[in-house]
Amino acid sequence: MADHRHAATARAEYASDTALMAEPAAASVVLQPADRREFVRFTRLHRTLHACMIVSFLTLALTGMSLKFSYTGWAFRLAHLLGGFETAGFIHRTAALVMFGTFTTHIVTLVRDKRRNQLTWRSLLFGPNTLLPNKRDAQELAGTLKWFLGLGPRPEYGRWTYWEKFDYFAVFWGIVVIGSTGLTLWFPVFFTRFVPGAFINVATIIHSDEALLATGFIFTVHFFNTHLRPEKFPMDTTIFTGHMPLAELKRDKPREYAALMTTGELEEHLEEPQPAIVVKAFRAFAWTALGIGFSVVVWIVYAMIFAYR
Amino acid sequence: MPGHRFFRDAAPQQKRTTRARGRCGQRLLAFILLSLLAYLGHAAAIQQPSKDDCLACHGEKSLTTKRGGRTVSLFVDPKKFAASVHGPLQCTNCHADLEGKDLPHSAPLAKVNCGSCHSDEFQQHAKSVHGKALARGDALAPRCVNCHGNHDILPVKDPHSSVAAIKIPYLCGQCHQEGTPVQLNRDIAQHDILSNYTESIHGEGLLKKGLIVAANCASCHTAHSILPHTDPNSSIARKNIAATCTKCHANIELVHRKTIRGELWEKQANTLPACIDCHQPHKVRNEFYSQGMADADCMRCHGDIHLKASDGRSMLVRVNEVASSRHVKVACSQCHSEVNASRIRPCETITHKVDCTACHEAIGQEYAGSTHGQMHAKGDPNAPFCKDCHGTHHVLGKRNPESLTFSTNVPDLCAKCHREGQKAAVLYTGKEHEIIPRYTESIHGKGLLKSGLTVTATCTSCHTAHHELPASDPASTVNPRNVPATCGTCHHGIEEQFVQSIHSATVTHTNQPLPVCNDCHSAHSIRRTDLDGFKLDIMNQCGHCHAEIAKTYFDTYHGKVSRLGYTSTAKCYDCHGAHDILKVTDPRSHLSRANVVATCRKCHADATRRFAGYLTHATHHDPKKYPFLFWTFWGMTALLVGTFTVSGVHTLLWLPRALQMRRQLRAEEAKMLEGGESSSRPAPEDKDTDDGRP
Repeated sequence: MADHRHAATARAEYASDTALMAEPAAASVVLQPADRREFVRFTRLHRTLHACMIVSFLTLALTGMSLKFSYTGWAFRLAHLLGGFETAGFIHRTAALVMFGTFTTHIVTLVRDKRRNQLTWRSLLFGPNTLLPNKRDAQELAGTLKWFLGLGPRPEYGRWTYWEKFDYFAVFWGIVVIGSTGLTLWFPVFFTRFVPGAFINVATIIHSDEALLATGFIFTVHFFNTHLRPEKFPMDTTIFTGHMPLAELKRDKPREYAALMTTGELEEHLEEPQPAIVVKAFRAFAWTALGIGFSVVVWIVYAMIFAYR
Repeated sequence: MPGHRFFRDAAPQQKRTTRARGRCGQRLLAFILLSLLAYLGHAAAIQQPSKDDCLACHGEKSLTTKRGGRTVSLFVDPKKFAASVHGPLQCTNCHADLEGKDLPHSAPLAKVNCGSCHSDEFQQHAKSVHGKALARGDALAPRCVNCHGNHDILPVKDPHSSVAAIKIPYLCGQCHQEGTPVQLNRDIAQHDILSNYTESIHGEGLLKKGLIVAANCASCHTAHSILPHTDPNSSIARKNIAATCTKCHANIELVHRKTIRGELWEKQANTLPACIDCHQPHKVRNEFYSQGMADADCMRCHGDIHLKASDGRSMLVRVNEVASSRHVKVACSQCHSEVNASRIRPCETITHKVDCTACHEAIGQEYAGSTHGQMHAKGDPNAPFCKDCHGTHHVLGKRNPESLTFSTNVPDLCAKCHREGQKAAVLYTGKEHEIIPRYTESIHGKGLLKSGLTVTATCTSCHTAHHELPASDPASTVNPRNVPATCGTCHHGIEEQFVQSIHSATVTHTNQPLPVCNDCHSAHSIRRTDLDGFKLDIMNQCGHCHAEIAKTYFDTYHGKVSRLGYTSTAKCYDCHGAHDILKVTDPRSHLSRANVVATCRKCHADATRRFAGYLTHATHHDPKKYPFLFWTFWGMTALLVGTFTVSGVHTLLWLPRALQMRRQLRAEEAKMLEGGESSSRPAPEDKDTDDGRP
């Protein structure tokens, strides 16, 4: 339920959280000017899982929306492009399995790494690098809103900001809600042994509207918050390369940076940048995903506003 | 006894009836008594002038008198008189006013009254046109003597008699032929009576072949009761004509079965065509075709390849065409009637086109009622006539593959006019277009034209061959009311199901239009129902009437996936049935409580009753009918709107700050670059790697 990578840091930080906050940019000069190393924010597993999420999510969105908005010519052509509705349905279910697998892998590896790093549930769930929303997130939200309105400075965010936590749990919520209703629709005969037949109709509404929420949110808010913010425009590739320039870490995650400096662990998290070709590949992948996502948004808006029935 | 023969033969018209035979007996008796009386009178030497007394003067050829300024012979040939039927009689038997007169009598005698003996004939004559004319004082009116003669009357059967069968035409013809005062000055509708009769089959039989049983004038008009055909008592009145003709042509109705049911001929003589309607009286030939016209006579001219009509049409007739046609046994003149064999060019008397209905009577009536026939009757040049579909000399039966009307040739035949742009298609104002190409691609068209199934429905199967009418006509076979029966002629099993379904007018009584076969299957582009195109279209067809229910169907999974072109999903007819649709409340319905699970199981093998509770026509827009769907939908919508509002506001507020940060970072970057240029940093790769990063 939380990032385990900075296990030691987390423990230390948990002890002296407030103290560190007072001196955020104490060791701002770690790298020599010639040092091109970058901060490693995401492990290969995380990046892989995110990529799996992208692929499965986009696939589910495309195939699912083609059914939801079957009355648009767009949907008809897409269904044909995907090899007809039957194939589209098959792809949808396969992508759902991929997503379930991704989700399960995340949970399993989370627990495995907790054991491996001998963390307690307490430190995992309530430590400074926790992904669970806490009091500080509320404070940071309030601080952020003040900053937006020019009433205060930008809050000193830690490893996970509140909007990143929201995105993270949105997936949990989505998997549970869309996944459960999706299974109901997949195996209606089995499920109607326990629930009335009309529940299939209810499940249809929940499944499709929740999916609309998920796609709409991911392809607009999430894209903006994490990839397309003007200061990072046109693309923040951290989730794909795993690397974050140190200056960005200092600027966007000052509290995490400070904690790493305090414990002296920062050095462990620095790596040479990915080869240029790899970055280019990631960029291409990311742009493709973004392109598909935006197309879906345009399609949804078209379908809901101009072609709604 | 010669008189016996005479009297029996004197009434040939009546001899068939028993009444006539009775009368004949009476006459015989009267004659015997009369003869006896005459003999006794003579024997008793009563004071009466004897035959010899009369002949003493009248036996002289020189005996004449002056009447009206003219010299008139009063000569009576004793030999002829003796040989006549009246030979045994005394003069005074007829010239009754001689009695008691001194001989030689000076005053002329009164006209003889034949009626004193021949009372029946006398009365018949008095009532006839001749008798009435006589009563009017018409100088041209014939008396007994004009036909029968006076002192030289011979028995009818005697070939020398003036009223012998073989002489009758000329006897009547004395007055009734062209140029006579009667024909010129009296109101007689027929013309060329004698010449026409002479050339008629009757005339030919009688006059050329000497068949004295052949009908002469008196056979039809009677000898004495001659009445105009407008008189109901006339032997040639419309209702009597059949009886008159059948006196000779017994059982003629048996050979006219195709035209007229024999029994009706006499029962409904007023409505049915009478003999004379086809076999005109007196005409060139009494038959309406000229049996005497041999085909070879026609071919003498029409075999010439260069023969052209005045308008340039070739008048060539190919004999082999006729010989291989269905009319091989029909003579030219049977169709091209009105020919006159007596002319050098017999066909010059033809004034009408060939009328097939003369033989094909029933079909002709069908045609007359059809749109084609109605147009034709109005003189529309676009209207197809018999020959336009059947051809002329090369008419073949519809079962002959070479025939224009063979089933596989029918679409092309009708296409001549009904293809887009052709003369019928441009007149047509209905909904059906591209009829021919659509039909060709339809299941019927493919079956007929590609698979060669000659039993497949072609144009005439539905529209009929001769009685085609627009669908709006209640009598049309393609009128919605008749369509199920029309399709049912082949698809009988379907029709049986359909007539019991809710869509049948026999089950549902409504003013709303009910669907029939072509509303779902279309008229001309009927497709195979097991192919995708049909399966997907059919849902829209149901939706034409069931708009709401179709809309809600498309809101559910089945509807949505079918919209995407998936045909294996449940469509209207998979659940409701195709032709056997019934109300769901009907226990026999596929969706009744007893049957619904089985219906679901057609696709969902393990379906349970609870599974069947799935709402196949659910909508989340109806809070009363489906409150849980309604509230689920609006709950979800609220969640969506809420989430997007909050995150949207958050993002929008962020935007100015983010832009501000971007500007700062760019400024810092520019500063760093300026400082870095002196120390030859950063490397170009760095820039590339960090491209786009602030």
